[in-house]
Amino acid sequence: MTVTPTVRVQADDFDVDTETKHLTGGRHDVGAVVSFTGLCRDEGGRLAALELEHYPGMAEAEISRIAEDACRRWPLTGLTVVHRHGKLAPGANIVLVVAASAHRQAAFDAANYLMDFLKTRAPFWKKEHLKTGETSGWVEAKAIDDAAATRWNGA
Amino acid sequence: MNIRYFAWVREKVGIEEETVTLPDHVATVADLITHLKTLDDNHAAAFADEEVIRVAVDQEHVEADTPLQGAREVAFFPPMTGG
Repeated sequence: MTVTPTVRVQADDFDVDTETKHLTGGRHDVGAVVSFTGLCRDEGGRLAALELEHYPGMAEAEISRIAEDACRRWPLTGLTVVHRHGKLAPGANIVLVVAASAHRQAAFDAANYLMDFLKTRAPFWKKEHLKTGETSGWVEAKAIDDAAATRWNGA
Repeated sequence: MNIRYFAWVREKVGIEEETVTLPDHVATVADLITHLKTLDDNHAAAFADEEVIRVAVDQEHVEADTPLQGAREVAFFPPMTGG
């Protein structure tokens, strides 16, 4: 039986320890937990903030579709994905993936898979706000992210 | 039909959301884009590079040849940059 992933899209910050404990607390079958946290960079001191726009409803639905795929592909004991939206300062958390499994490989692979597909399929868009007070515009999608998602085909 | 726009597509169109009555000849997503381009200059500018624009019908990713029959909401947006 596959587990049901927890997916949240929120303006508020998240806490890695709290989310990890939700997947491990009171159980003895979890041998591996992999967590990935994506943070807001200042791009060499240039950036004052990143603004994350999202498509409410579809953001949750699309991340859930990816997370459910991961739960079918790997024998996970738990999976949590949290993605923030709104204006985030450098150093702030943006995204969290926590994958738990009996053994490490499934947890590593599932977390990696989640991030690759989340980048290319979850409806979020980043806009850069510069320290000069200007808006430098929308971040462009990277071909390298498309390639990262494609490599799972047939894997 | 409810149409939603996000990120720079929203900025170029100038609105977040609108309700559009579809002419009879609009059957697919591609037909809808052709129709929206005729509405005004802002729509034409937003869809000028239509190959780049991604589409969701009822909150699921679709391709341009997808039929619109039964669809309630269509969204247009640039390639995603989350994570």
